[in-house]
Amino acid sequence: MSTYKNILEVRNLQTSFFTDDGEVKAVDGVSFELPKGKTLGVVGESGSGKSITALSLLQLLSKPGKIKGGEILFKGKNLLDYTEKQMREIRGNDISMIFQEPMTSLNPVYTVGYQISESLMIHQNLNKREAKLKSIEMLKLVGIPSPEKRVDQYPFELSGGMRQRVMIAMALACNPDMLIADEPTTALDVTIQAQILDLIRELQAKLDMSVIMITHDLGVVAETCDYVAVMYAGQVVEFSDVRSLFKKPKHPYTVGLLKSLPRHDIEQEKLQPIKGTVPSPKEMPVGCRFSPRCPAATDLCRGRMPGLITDEQKNEIRCWIYSEEWDGDPEVNIYGEERIAEG
Amino acid sequence: MSENTVNEPVTAKRVNPRLENYKMIWKRLKKNKAALIGGYLIIFFILVAVFGPYLLSQFGQYGPYQQNLLNKLQGPSAEHWFGTDNFGRDIFTRIIHGMELTLWIGFLSVLIGMIIGVPLGIISGYYGGRIDNIIMRVMDVLLAFPGILLALAIVSVLGGSLQNVIIAVGIFSIPAFARIVRGSTLSVRKLEYIDAVRALGASDFRIIFKHILPNVMSPIIVQATLRIATAVLTASGLSFLGLGAQPPMPEWGAMLSAGRTYMYEAWHVAFFPGAMIVLVVLAFNIFGDGIRDALDPKMKQ
Repeated sequence: MSTYKNILEVRNLQTSFFTDDGEVKAVDGVSFELPKGKTLGVVGESGSGKSITALSLLQLLSKPGKIKGGEILFKGKNLLDYTEKQMREIRGNDISMIFQEPMTSLNPVYTVGYQISESLMIHQNLNKREAKLKSIEMLKLVGIPSPEKRVDQYPFELSGGMRQRVMIAMALACNPDMLIADEPTTALDVTIQAQILDLIRELQAKLDMSVIMITHDLGVVAETCDYVAVMYAGQVVEFSDVRSLFKKPKHPYTVGLLKSLPRHDIEQEKLQPIKGTVPSPKEMPVGCRFSPRCPAATDLCRGRMPGLITDEQKNEIRCWIYSEEWDGDPEVNIYGEERIAEG
Repeated sequence: MSENTVNEPVTAKRVNPRLENYKMIWKRLKKNKAALIGGYLIIFFILVAVFGPYLLSQFGQYGPYQQNLLNKLQGPSAEHWFGTDNFGRDIFTRIIHGMELTLWIGFLSVLIGMIIGVPLGIISGYYGGRIDNIIMRVMDVLLAFPGILLALAIVSVLGGSLQNVIIAVGIFSIPAFARIVRGSTLSVRKLEYIDAVRALGASDFRIIFKHILPNVMSPIIVQATLRIATAVLTASGLSFLGLGAQPPMPEWGAMLSAGRTYMYEAWHVAFFPGAMIVLVVLAFNIFGDGIRDALDPKMKQ
């Protein structure tokens, strides 16, 4: 047994797509860590590289995507040194993943029982009968009523929420140490969303799993996560524990994200969206990647890329405002008027 | 846990969805009268091929190779339903015996094309990149030749015999299967459930055979049915040219070729084998079209 502090440590992960137009850096130097049994939320807009980060962890990138550098330490061992065959043993067995679309994530030609059995047959060499019994047990675990009947049904006979439960049962059949959930609730009804999140949390406690929750929904983060990595344009711009992030977000982008959410504790006529869009990976700004959209950006921001700065609570922020080199107003207020009025 | 279960009544009547699916396909097929006739004809042909020769040996008076030179080139009569050929052999008997040959050629050559073409297509579509390029360019080369010419070239190299005709026709069916399977594989590969099983640790082999193949089965079935028609036609053509079945085998193409000399004095010698070839090809074609519509109703406007 090797000793390790965090179940997962990602260091300087770089994933690029090598297209005909040249290299596109989808994930550019992402680092984070996840202690055992905890939940990490990865938040960001579309195109921020959060899903690519997840796929990189399991090395499931399809061509022309490639991991260029960095380290993925799972239980202290670098997954990037593993062969494809060794990775196959990790997938589904030690690290599992669930996907966004429960409608298309199940194979229409097999019963749900067979699909849950599959990973058991791959990883634990169970025979069909044993695997089926275990599948029924799994269906019961994810809260599907009359699992003995459901096990023989085909995906089209189940509702979206049920299918997502089946997906979870598939992912957890081999009792993995870590679950990557890629927007597990995005395609579901709001009422079902809460159920699925509850279920994941409940099973996490029961099975002592670590979870990476990829989402663009800060509400999901607030509800389920212990730590948050906010991603923007392929980089982590803020890594923090969930309490401090919501109490006092530090990066202007995080502030913008929170402001664009509807709140019911204060009077609001309009939401305040962040102006502009995520820059395309082909035309990245030279300096801070958020600088074209940042209300507080200065020449320093536009000219040089900020590094990650660690603050007193050991949270990390990629923003010049918190460095000693900051050339703008030292009393800069990134929270806008509303917060002042509030404070 | 209990409060976290879905409250959905389980339907009391359990139906087997796979069976339901077949029923649906059958229902749609039944609506298509032409396809149904094609299907019945095919069943009839198969029955004839299996039991015909036996029944003839029990109740018929002639063998397929039994000559009667005094009785040659007789027109159709109660004695000889389809008349006799230039050696006085009974054409009806020979046609029945030829049915078995024709169907064997059709099924076997398509099977060869399928066994080689389907894996090539799946590998091409699944892996993409350089392998895809190499396989598909080879297929393009094969497709660049007109079918019969390619088969002709292969048979000329291998030597003329029935067995080689089957191989030749099989080889020339490969690109059709490879292409159609590659296309379907490309669309299936992008679906999320393929990613999902990969994330569960499934190997490429398992993904290809357990998850992609069953989902590209319907175009394969359609293609195979339509290909049998082409195979029968090509094989008859080769035999007609003297490259396939050698006399005195009762192969229809060869019979047609032999009868062509007597077209003016005895039309029936060429007519019946020719008509049978047309009938078999037609039956497989309309049936193939019918199952295509039944398996994928969206394709029909």
